[in-house]
Amino acid sequence: MAVRPVGAEIELTAPARSVSRASMVTTLARFVRKKPLGAAGGALMLVILLTAVFADVLQTHDPIATEAAATLARPGDDHWLGTDHLGRDIYSRIVHGARVSLMVGTGSTLLGSVLGGVIGLLSGYAGGKTDLIAQRLLDILQGLPLLVLALVMAASLGPSVPNVIVAISIPIVPRAARVIRASVLSIREMQYIEAAQALGLRHLRIAFRHVLPNTVGPFIVLCTAQLGAAILTEAALSFLGLGVPEPYPSWGRMLSVSAAEYAQKAPHLVLFPGIAISLAVFGANLFGDALRDTLDPRLRGA
Amino acid sequence: MKTYIAQRLGIAVLTLFGMSVVIFILLRLAPGDIVDVLFSAAGYVNPEEKQAILRELGLDKPYWQQYVDWLRQIFSGDLGKSYRYDLPAWQIIKPLVPVTVELAILSTIVSVLLGVPAGIVSAIRQDSTLDYVMRVVSLAGLSMPSFWLGMVIILALVSWLAWIPPLIYVSPRENLWLHAVQFLLPALAVGYRSSALIMRITRSSMLEVLREDYIRTAWAKGQNERAVVWRHALKNAVLPVVTVIGIEFAFLIGGLVVTETVFNLPGVARFLVEAILWRDYPVVQNLVMFIAIVVILSNLAVDLLYGVLDPRVRYAS
Repeated sequence: MAVRPVGAEIELTAPARSVSRASMVTTLARFVRKKPLGAAGGALMLVILLTAVFADVLQTHDPIATEAAATLARPGDDHWLGTDHLGRDIYSRIVHGARVSLMVGTGSTLLGSVLGGVIGLLSGYAGGKTDLIAQRLLDILQGLPLLVLALVMAASLGPSVPNVIVAISIPIVPRAARVIRASVLSIREMQYIEAAQALGLRHLRIAFRHVLPNTVGPFIVLCTAQLGAAILTEAALSFLGLGVPEPYPSWGRMLSVSAAEYAQKAPHLVLFPGIAISLAVFGANLFGDALRDTLDPRLRGA
Repeated sequence: MKTYIAQRLGIAVLTLFGMSVVIFILLRLAPGDIVDVLFSAAGYVNPEEKQAILRELGLDKPYWQQYVDWLRQIFSGDLGKSYRYDLPAWQIIKPLVPVTVELAILSTIVSVLLGVPAGIVSAIRQDSTLDYVMRVVSLAGLSMPSFWLGMVIILALVSWLAWIPPLIYVSPRENLWLHAVQFLLPALAVGYRSSALIMRITRSSMLEVLREDYIRTAWAKGQNERAVVWRHALKNAVLPVVTVIGIEFAFLIGGLVVTETVFNLPGVARFLVEAILWRDYPVVQNLVMFIAIVVILSNLAVDLLYGVLDPRVRYAS
């Protein structure tokens, strides 16, 4: 009789509960009722997501087409939110800007959080010297303000959308690693991990198969918390001229210094992109807060 | 206590070294160097000329040698020459530092004055309408890009009060009133943002403390609200708040980068952006090191302050 390795067949994590459609709806309804602010934030994010996806349908003009005759036009019938100093329709640029902001924001958040999460997972699980060294290295990266680091990275790599995503994700890595590591440190002491180790499972397998799934809660909270910061950083980078390049319309670049010169004559130039950024980040923050309150009641009240 | 300080200092020094390496590497990653930027208008660079300039600036040496040279320079007090202005970097940076420091301090004061009382009130009246409103307002503060807030403030002043705020730097010696006004506006813009974070930490920290048993005892003894909050709760709640204030002070510099640009203040942060755009290595390196030093120093100060305020920390290590 062949001896099969015992660890391979024993499921140490609880089997996933079956998620029926009815239970999903009730969970959603409960969330809306208990956390109206969070639901509002989520709705806001959904609107922005849909705007980004359907930008081509929602636009009224070509966002990069300049119209020399109609520069700095006030909001009106033809141009819903007016035109900028080059005659480009602001409404269409804002609609397309949503695409850029979301792409860069979610891209950099996911990249940074996943990378940081894996580092935090391995560092926290390994413990000892590896952990110490990794923590020192991450401290160094975290020592610089987010924007400064992103600035230097963006300048180093050059202007292009993938480079901006990488530039913004780098400062997120140490922050993500710290959060995941903290939760890993407490999970590591749990009995089922001890059982897995006693059964002789390889450490790597334990780390990814058993510890990781239990960090999903803090991970989601981390992602939503960083998403707002990522969108703001992209706006700041574009404002300074180091963000996404032409011809992509970016909310931040619409606010850049050259546009600010015309602000007195045409305040709509400055107001609308800024409102767009604020709404996006506001929605992300509201949703993230509500999510954190639900998933981790101990942190309630912050 | 002495070991605590020594530990913290040692870690700070190590971190500083690590940062210098990271900064050095990050900058060298940049494609193109100062010569390319200088000649970008001409569109073409004679390779021999380029080599000559690189040799003069010391850019043709191997990287590790450049790094050692830089470190040696710093230790001897020389902060290098700016490529762009052909002047010693320190000479260019020196007049900029007080502006940024003043702005950072003012912003921190604003944020504490706004954030801490709001957090306390919010915690005492938890889940009331006031609490909700305050939380939404503070969250809005965290959501707005600080540079946009600055622009909107200027716009509002110009449109509604028909008054143009001084947009060219006015030193306090020239005109104190104008100078104060000029610094107040960006301090408000940046401070509002920081105050949001401080308000949330104050609120959550107060809430935690208010649930403690000793607070319940005070209530049971019949103490009025003022005594309970002021004498007992606040002192214990203030610890995490101090940490956040310290951290925020360092990170303000990130926010100042854009705010200084908007308000046209000649500070270190705005200069950093220009230097980065020009690939002016010495200036950027030293500015970022300066920022890193400020961050580490303020973290150190916070750690030491923690040791003073909370005796448990002192004797734990």
